[in-house]
Amino acid sequence: MIQAIHVSKRYGPTTAVDDVTVTIKKNRITSLIGPNGAGKSTLLALMSRLAPMDQGDVLVEGRSVRSWDSMELARKVAILKQTNHLSLRLTVRDLVGFGRFPYSQGRLTKADMEHVDQAIEYMNLGDLQHKFLDELSGGERQRAFIAMVVAQDTEYVLLDEPLNNLDMKHSVQIMKVLRRLVDELGKTVVLVLHDINFASSYSDDIVAMKHGRVVAHGSVEEIIRQDVLHDVYDMQFDIHEFDRCKVCLYFLPELTVAR
Amino acid sequence: MPLDKRNAVQLTALAAVLLTLSFISLFVGVSSISPRDIFDLSPLQKQILSITRVPRLLSAVMAGASLAIAGTIMQQLTRNKFVSPTTAGTMDAARLGVLAGLIVFPGASLLQKTAVAFAFALAGTYVFIRIVERVKIKNTIFIPLVGLMFGNIVSSVTTSVAYRFDLLQSLATWLHGDFSMILRGRYEMLYVGVPLMAVAYVYADRFTIAGMGDSFAANLGLNYRRVVNVGLFIVAAVSSAVVLTVGSLPFLGLVVPNIVTIYRGDNVRKNLPHTALLGAALVVGCDVIGRIIIHPYEVSVGLIMGVLGSAVFLFLLLRGNARGARGGVGA
Repeated sequence: MIQAIHVSKRYGPTTAVDDVTVTIKKNRITSLIGPNGAGKSTLLALMSRLAPMDQGDVLVEGRSVRSWDSMELARKVAILKQTNHLSLRLTVRDLVGFGRFPYSQGRLTKADMEHVDQAIEYMNLGDLQHKFLDELSGGERQRAFIAMVVAQDTEYVLLDEPLNNLDMKHSVQIMKVLRRLVDELGKTVVLVLHDINFASSYSDDIVAMKHGRVVAHGSVEEIIRQDVLHDVYDMQFDIHEFDRCKVCLYFLPELTVAR
Repeated sequence: MPLDKRNAVQLTALAAVLLTLSFISLFVGVSSISPRDIFDLSPLQKQILSITRVPRLLSAVMAGASLAIAGTIMQQLTRNKFVSPTTAGTMDAARLGVLAGLIVFPGASLLQKTAVAFAFALAGTYVFIRIVERVKIKNTIFIPLVGLMFGNIVSSVTTSVAYRFDLLQSLATWLHGDFSMILRGRYEMLYVGVPLMAVAYVYADRFTIAGMGDSFAANLGLNYRRVVNVGLFIVAAVSSAVVLTVGSLPFLGLVVPNIVTIYRGDNVRKNLPHTALLGAALVVGCDVIGRIIIHPYEVSVGLIMGVLGSAVFLFLLLRGNARGARGGVGA
């Protein structure tokens, strides 16, 4: 369980995260949604100790992120920021190997190697493992980074906009993998998503943010509703249900006018 | 595995080139010593070998290897392929330190002078890193330009101070890399490079991870600040030792890591042996060329490196542009 308790974060005069209290439940996919500048990425950074908070505290398994040893925390929580600007020439296998750094500090043991092999196989990267990252397509590269996180073998996996710049096919591929991480490996995934329909189709829980605050938090059932989404995004949604999956229509021209 | 085999072949080839060049280096010079004399050296020849030729070769090998590795470290820490001790003000700051040492402690030993130069190089590089962190434009070319400007400002301070103290001539010694003044007892400072390269090897994975950014490093539990500090320490120590004994070797720390990246990628641990060997071979090679080209006179190694290095640098630059915003040199 990751708990944020009254956390705030300011960047100069703007308050990115404003007194947020939220609990991330174990063994579920939780999506953070909301308009640009709502504070989703900042909240994710605070929960993973990437950025220090100004007020409040974040507890991972009941212990403040400030009191965790950073190596120990790196075996508990993994965070992946947007990676498409990365320019290092590393092979996929080397990158995945770095996921074992919190365990071995660089000298990979046999057990580490097995983890690396498993992660590569799990993400179906066997044929690509000796390729350089800059030779891969966006989707393949994202898979390589997720393989690194799989090798890192943390209970919690936090992802900042993992679908950014991916086409539909690769987006679906990534979301399916995340679903498997939760269902098969018992992990807990928290991610920032912009596409409301991906959030609706693959999440268990949704945290909706606006102006640095959490405006709604609950199961997909509770959040994917016309009134709630209207509040979050200030726009109209038509919600339809297919096969017990809720799909939001929001891009039709006649809907953009507030009713 | 074929990859390991290719690595072994490349390393063997590099080592062979370095050995060949080293062998030539020992037998090139004004006083002729032929390889055939090796088992029957006259006392004079023995002296020449042990006082100048061997020290000269060793200093070229160590300066080349350690400066190339310093370049790799800087490029990882700044995440910019065009940053090196020459393009970040490190060398200029070290030279200012040498001058400060000359003025404030005129009777100081070489070790003490190096300590002063080291302190300045460290401070200069640190200032550069802080500037890079603040600069909003993360353009690949812009960062080294900032470094060059910063280096030139430091240099102009050095020149004006040297002018006032009438030390301009002494200063010229450290402007240009030159091995002709290397004698036994005057190059041993460069041995600091050996333990520093060992530290670099221990920290290799950390440098690679740091090269992926601070949040990436934090995710893996790495203390980013400490890695940067260790890196700065190595870079400053190597640069000041080289400036004091040999002088500047322009482009070395820039060209060698970039060439290695092209054929090996960016995994520092796997690259270090290649970087060290190629750096050493390049400096020994340039020194040999400098001694042959207008024999019996010499062209300083700094000049040869400058000509060769800038050509390779231009090539890398254009190649980077041709590839657009794609990884490596381009992004």
